[in-house]
Amino acid sequence: MNLRDIAFKNLLRRKAKALFVLAGLAIGVSTVVALISFVDAMTENINHKLEKYGANILIVPKTENLSLTYGGLSLGGVSFEMQEIREQDLTKIKSIKNAANVAGLGPMVFGVVNVDDHKVLLAGIDFKANWILKPWWKIDGTIPGEKGVVLGSETAAVLGLNQGSPVTIKGRQLIVSGVLKPTGSQDDQLIFMPLETAQTVLNKEGLVSMAEVAALCKDCPIEAMVKQISDVVPGAKVMAIQQVVKSRMEALAQFKKFSYGVSIVVVLVGSLVVLVTMMGSVRERTEEIGIFRAIGFRKSHVFGIVLLEAGFISAAAGIIGYIAGFAVTKGAIHFFSESGGASIHPNLELIGGSFVLAVLVGLMASVYPAYLASRMDPNQALNAI
Amino acid sequence: MSYIKAEGLSKQYGSGDATVLAIHNMDFTVEAGEFVSIMGESGAGKSTLLSIVGAMNPPSSGKFVVDGIDVYRLGSEKRTDFRREFIGFVFQSFHLVPYLTVVENVMLPLTTVKMSKKKKRVLAEEALDQVGLAGKEDRLPSQISGGEKERVAIARAVVNDPPVILADEPTGNLDSSTTREIMGLLQRLNREGTTILMVTHSQDCAAYAERILQVSDGRLIGKDES
Repeated sequence: MNLRDIAFKNLLRRKAKALFVLAGLAIGVSTVVALISFVDAMTENINHKLEKYGANILIVPKTENLSLTYGGLSLGGVSFEMQEIREQDLTKIKSIKNAANVAGLGPMVFGVVNVDDHKVLLAGIDFKANWILKPWWKIDGTIPGEKGVVLGSETAAVLGLNQGSPVTIKGRQLIVSGVLKPTGSQDDQLIFMPLETAQTVLNKEGLVSMAEVAALCKDCPIEAMVKQISDVVPGAKVMAIQQVVKSRMEALAQFKKFSYGVSIVVVLVGSLVVLVTMMGSVRERTEEIGIFRAIGFRKSHVFGIVLLEAGFISAAAGIIGYIAGFAVTKGAIHFFSESGGASIHPNLELIGGSFVLAVLVGLMASVYPAYLASRMDPNQALNAI
Repeated sequence: MSYIKAEGLSKQYGSGDATVLAIHNMDFTVEAGEFVSIMGESGAGKSTLLSIVGAMNPPSSGKFVVDGIDVYRLGSEKRTDFRREFIGFVFQSFHLVPYLTVVENVMLPLTTVKMSKKKKRVLAEEALDQVGLAGKEDRLPSQISGGEKERVAIARAVVNDPPVILADEPTGNLDSSTTREIMGLLQRLNREGTTILMVTHSQDCAAYAERILQVSDGRLIGKDES
């Protein structure tokens, strides 16, 4: 028999009150868990979807008074006739502070070549990285090897070439390994070949004209990454595609703020439920507390019993609240994410956090009732022995 | 030197015109191992006196000493410890905790004592055996009779072996046969060395005591009726 036993047995006796406190706290915790999980899952989902839009950072040579568009986006200045970026400088990107957030790095080299009396823009690219940077690409055919090229759809139409057609570029006999399905971008008018081959064909060994970076910036500021890349690639101008990134971050930030606001309100309501119920419980137990104090329970013992009761309920509410919140989020995601892209997984930090939150709120809301209980005069409580 | 000594004890409630003098300038002593009854009419001040003796109600003036300890010079928490170590209470309406079993009720005074659960249980079972309740350890207070509840209250009062038992109308809610059993039990405890102070209305119960303190209008009017 110890204080813990007394607290536990009292809870079992006053099941309705205990369940009321438990429900109040569990609803609060589950709401917080559901909102945080939902925001996290949707953030992940949005990030995942935005990744499909491809690169969000561009690295171009430093130029003056030149402008060119690529993919409908303003690139600032790209001149194919002027200085290039050294390919080896790009490898330094792997060492920046937020290197882990770099999902894909696509160096590109450009040059104008003649094919059957047509001037065509030749692009050397890293096909592997390209799948991350331009996931919407679909090729009728295969990825080219050392002696292959992929034609943009308009290029193929203009030149009258198909998959398997031979093509001569700067005296080299190459094979069209595939034709890019229409993208609606400038890519439709290009000829693509592996970066190394293009560098050789264009006499630009070790050089790149520009590079695209796909950065996953759920937890990092894109501006910081731009700065970090600028620092390691000094001869280049690094730009974020601000529109995409900023709107993504702002939308998420607002949603998060709203969620935290709702969470705070719900937790406050939960703590009020605990406070009011525990106050009622203490008042009902005047005689019992009087007995405890009369037979030698110190104030701290009585205080401890009330807090232990709150602790037991709060701990249970933390566990139940997490499970309920998780289940609700799963249902909500199923409802809101029609494409099924979002998913939720048990999060240890959130499990621990919801447990700590429930216990903290439960204990803090019970401090005043526990204080009142401990201050009871045994003589008055028993109405004189 | 007397084991319990009260000097000039007074207790007043309220102030100004509303002042009520519940206890007025009481002096008395109780020797170790004595059985003393406190008698008087309702409102005479018996319960106030017992609450002062129980270290729960500071007097307005006067001094109360037990075993050389000036009880009301102790701080609040020290006085709580004093109650736990020196006094066993037998309350008028039993005051058992309804959600604890008989044995758990008896173990209550040991709750805050550093002792194994097993040892606490053994002591509680011994106390229950002493009051004739062996075999009813795991019943709830609602499952036993009034007389048995009083026995549980007595077992709880003696489980930590306090030198003094304070009993407030211990037989007030019992029939005559059970009253005799309970009084016999208190008498036996007294013979085993426990000092007992008992408030009662009943002359029959008071007759078990060695000495009667008669209280009227907050004053002691008789000290040695035995």
